[in-house]
Amino acid sequence: MKTALGFAVAAIVFAVLALAPFYLDAYGIGLMIGMTGYVTLASAWGLFSGRTGYVSLATVAFFGMGAYTVAVLNETLPYPVILLVAGAIGLLVAAVVGFSTLRLAGVYFVIFTFGLAELIRQLVTWFETTVTGTLGRYIFLPIGPEHIYWQLLVLCAATLLITWWVGRSRLGLALRVISDDEVVASHIGIDIARTKLALFAVSAVIITLVGAIQAPRWTYVEPAIVFNPTVSFLTLIMALLGGASRLWGPALGAIPLFLLFEWLSANFPNHYSILLGLLFIVIVFLLPRGVAGFAEDLMRRRPGGTPAPAKPAPTPLRSEGGEARP
Amino acid sequence: MTALLSLAGLTRRFGGLTAVNALGFDIGEGEVVGLLGPNGSGKTTALNMISGALKPSGGQIVLRGEPIGGLSAHRIARKGVARTFQLVRVLPSLTVLENVLAGLAFRGEPLWGEVAQGEADVLLRKVGLEGRAGEAAEQLTYIDQKRVELARALAARPALLLLDEWLAGLNPTELRTGIDLIAHLRDTGTTILLVEHVMEAVRALCGRCIVMNAGTKIADGETSAVLREPDVVRAYLGTAHA
Ligand SMILES: Nc1ncnc2c1ncn2[C@@H]1O[C@H](COP(=O)(O)OP(=O)(O)O)[C@@H](O)[C@H]1O
Ligand SMILES: [Mg+2]
Repeated sequence: MKTALGFAVAAIVFAVLALAPFYLDAYGIGLMIGMTGYVTLASAWGLFSGRTGYVSLATVAFFGMGAYTVAVLNETLPYPVILLVAGAIGLLVAAVVGFSTLRLAGVYFVIFTFGLAELIRQLVTWFETTVTGTLGRYIFLPIGPEHIYWQLLVLCAATLLITWWVGRSRLGLALRVISDDEVVASHIGIDIARTKLALFAVSAVIITLVGAIQAPRWTYVEPAIVFNPTVSFLTLIMALLGGASRLWGPALGAIPLFLLFEWLSANFPNHYSILLGLLFIVIVFLLPRGVAGFAEDLMRRRPGGTPAPAKPAPTPLRSEGGEARP
Repeated sequence: MTALLSLAGLTRRFGGLTAVNALGFDIGEGEVVGLLGPNGSGKTTALNMISGALKPSGGQIVLRGEPIGGLSAHRIARKGVARTFQLVRVLPSLTVLENVLAGLAFRGEPLWGEVAQGEADVLLRKVGLEGRAGEAAEQLTYIDQKRVELARALAARPALLLLDEWLAGLNPTELRTGIDLIAHLRDTGTTILLVEHVMEAVRALCGRCIVMNAGTKIADGETSAVLREPDVVRAYLGTAHA
């Protein structure tokens, strides 16, 4: 019942959003494209990082690969096929990268993913300058902004749907078990590496597609534009602000922050990065569990809300023997 | 008769320390075997190798004729080896029901959806947690957490159940309940390897006992006979534990 209502509301919201190009001017549509893109990026980021605790800075690596695939293939293949190829490339790279790095713990994974984005940018730059001899590429595709927007909207809805489905699936239970206790997880038969890899791959394919779909908007593409690390940081901040592990959390963070960044970069183009950094610090400091988590806490504290579960007293009857933990 | 579980020369070293040294024994289908020994004698390390939490430094582990030594824990779990932990490990942010569903969802023949709900109800009743399905696991009392852990292990429909001091830390009434529970599992044909210090439980539950000291097996046989052996008595008297 609650699920059906949620679906109805979401369907109406997306239907209304789909009508936006009919009453917005070019600037407005551009804004909606950017916003939908970041909602999708942040949601896809949260789908993996919010549920596994692996903080990824590889967002722009996949985003850029998607855009570059379109730039390279736009004159040779039909557009839908290009999108498929982009998705396949994202999947392949995610599989290789995930397989070799998901064993890395915590901060090493963060550094690796950041390095990956830089590495891919350098590789593309090197390839373009030494092999093809041109750094930039033009994208001439007869795709209007409203079509880009609609495609992104569909991808965004699909991302939220996948996230919702994961939450109720065996995969979702596996993720919750893993985040509670990896030792227990492996001893009840969960293949931890495969579970994380599956989620990393899904998230990476979505991010790659965001880059591919947005590419025709740029007309001119070069590595420094599509592999700009700011994309990774913005995505991360948005998802964290909203609450990376919730269904709607990343969207809640992405919308206000995207608008704020637009305003900042228009009005303070020179101090934009500093303000961004400051904001990041403030967010982590004030809302460590994100807006969604903060809202839940508020609801709990309200007399009518569900009471917050009291922290249990430490169990008094622990055995003394030290256990060998693997 | 081929053994359900067969260990031969099983060894695990931690740096210079040999925690388990050339351990060998067989467990038959339906047997309940006690694994005893003073603290630090290598019992948990042995269980960790059988369940795949630790890789053996040497030796074989064979389950139903198939070598499983060194496989990853999730593979071994799916072959039907379930365990509890010396320090109880429930999944704290999950409910009692979800803890058991987790045990059903990833076993060799996974159970999910409505069938799983029904099976989980049966298991919760079996361990005495009927009507408690919705409670948060981390807020349960110690004995109830142990029940959850057992139900989760039983959810695997294990060919072999490894219990690591599952009865430790219970008060006398709870201990009675706990012993009855394991006795019921034994009577319904579950094969159990039971690491235990509580002698009352060992005598009540295990027809056979294996005793370890400093990583080595020092006795193996019928429980009351083993507990009278001079080596065993000495090993136990030599430590704070009795
Ligand atoms: N992960 C580990 N790393 C290093 N030493 C360990 C580890 N696990 C166990 N040990 C050591 O191995 C020996 C046997 O420990 P354990 O198997 O826990 O004994 P028991 O369960 O019989 O009390 C102890 O000396 C213990 O300190
Ligand atoms: Mg132990």
